[in-house]
Amino acid sequence: MLSDNTSPINAGLWLCLAAGLVATPVAAQRAPMREQALIRMVRQDCGSCHGMHLTGGLGPALTPAALADKPVESLAATIFGGRPGTPMPPWKAMLSEAEATWIAQRLVAGFPQEARK
Amino acid sequence: MNGRPMNAMNRRSLLAAFAAIPLLQSGCASRSSPVVEGSGDLGVVVERARGTLAIINTSRREMVAEVTGLGDLSHASVVFSRDARFAYVFGRDGALSKIDVLQRRLVARVMQAGNSIGGAISADGTLVAAQNYTPGGVKVFDARTLELVADLPAEYAPGKLSRVVGLVDLPGRRFAYCLFDANAIWIADLSDVRNPKLTKLQNIGKSPYDALVTPNGRHYIAGLFGEDGLAMIDLWEPEPRVRRILDGYGRGQEPLPVYKMPHLRGWAVAGRYAYLPAIGRHEVLVVDTQSWLEVGRIAVAGQPVFVIARPDGRQIWVNFAVPDYDRVQVIDTPTQKVVATLTPGKAVLHMEFTPRGEAVWISSRDDNRVSVIDTGSLQTLAKLDIDAPSGIFFTSRAARMGF
Repeated sequence: MLSDNTSPINAGLWLCLAAGLVATPVAAQRAPMREQALIRMVRQDCGSCHGMHLTGGLGPALTPAALADKPVESLAATIFGGRPGTPMPPWKAMLSEAEATWIAQRLVAGFPQEARK
Repeated sequence: MNGRPMNAMNRRSLLAAFAAIPLLQSGCASRSSPVVEGSGDLGVVVERARGTLAIINTSRREMVAEVTGLGDLSHASVVFSRDARFAYVFGRDGALSKIDVLQRRLVARVMQAGNSIGGAISADGTLVAAQNYTPGGVKVFDARTLELVADLPAEYAPGKLSRVVGLVDLPGRRFAYCLFDANAIWIADLSDVRNPKLTKLQNIGKSPYDALVTPNGRHYIAGLFGEDGLAMIDLWEPEPRVRRILDGYGRGQEPLPVYKMPHLRGWAVAGRYAYLPAIGRHEVLVVDTQSWLEVGRIAVAGQPVFVIARPDGRQIWVNFAVPDYDRVQVIDTPTQKVVATLTPGKAVLHMEFTPRGEAVWISSRDDNRVSVIDTGSLQTLAKLDIDAPSGIFFTSRAARMGF
């Protein structure tokens, strides 16, 4: 089961939050270093199938336009639990459910770039 | 000259050569003296985050130049012209770039697709083929000019294009490739480039993810993501047909997550045996290339991504998918045992042997480093600072079928 803050109503709220209208409580709770690690993981490791710019590859594109009709909740469930019958693996060994939700929200809003050294 | 009268073509090239002389002179003017060198010990390293190709020298173990502005090079791959002078770079964004590794510059570039995954070059060096996800299919270019000469959409049902993987060159101006979405292998014969002939093999197995041709050009083997087994074609048979090999290697066990797809090439073959990455199992599968039966399996540190034989076949080097990608393991082929586990850096993405295999170059993306390791002593010979390195490609690939 996913946590309460991924219900469809909240997912809509998260979209607004992620769009920059208000500061996001989840982002505030998460350590900046872990956030950077998650951003790097998505760009680099998810990027090996979805492309470093998330424009797609063997896996589908994960740009805001490509995800426009996808509920955050189902995106988070796919990230966390994988999609059986496709190459999409479950990432639950490397992520918490809340982190999967955070990634899904950021993908829908336009995923952040890595901070370059 | 052999004394024959010069034909029109020769006259034209001669005129073109004369016309180019002032250009060459001006190009050389800035240099103190023109350098005459071979390209046999050169190679390129993809700097995936910067859209840049580093040109390296494997004798001096150093970077000699960078060529920038090549677009999205995540998952970029490279093939070489048969004179080992030009590198053809297939970018994720669909760009095909031709780099002169001696003059260290971009000489031609086309945007040929929306999303591309790699390519191949024909044995005679005249045709460069790109395999594309969007639009799904193969496009074939004149290797000299990058002019499009054949478009082969992977249309497996009306209006439906499959993503293409596992493209290799075959003897006789042919290419073989897999249709990931259609469970098919197609062989394109371009001996008459205006009239490509396609041979289509259906139901080869579920979700072919990559493929290889053996170094003798005889067997084409596709890895299957959706099944425990691989699809194999004997190209020397009069009518090619698909055979399943290593059927049921997982024996019904629950597969482990595959965080990155393995890559297959003819480097898997060492002597009589082929060493292949299992899917969803932390194992390397050993196959006898005479009988095509499994003769062993070797437990390794993670999901194998590249399983590459040293050119002499004495060792097999293996790297892994996240989260085990800080390690590289070395298998000794006579004993079929892992004899060393190295940690050359964070996020090892690729390995490439020097032509005779005395050294291996290993890219560590997250350490911005390429390590050069002696394959005998396993000592590190050099470390090069290269930004987010991924694929490493040496010009010796020019002489190898399937590379």
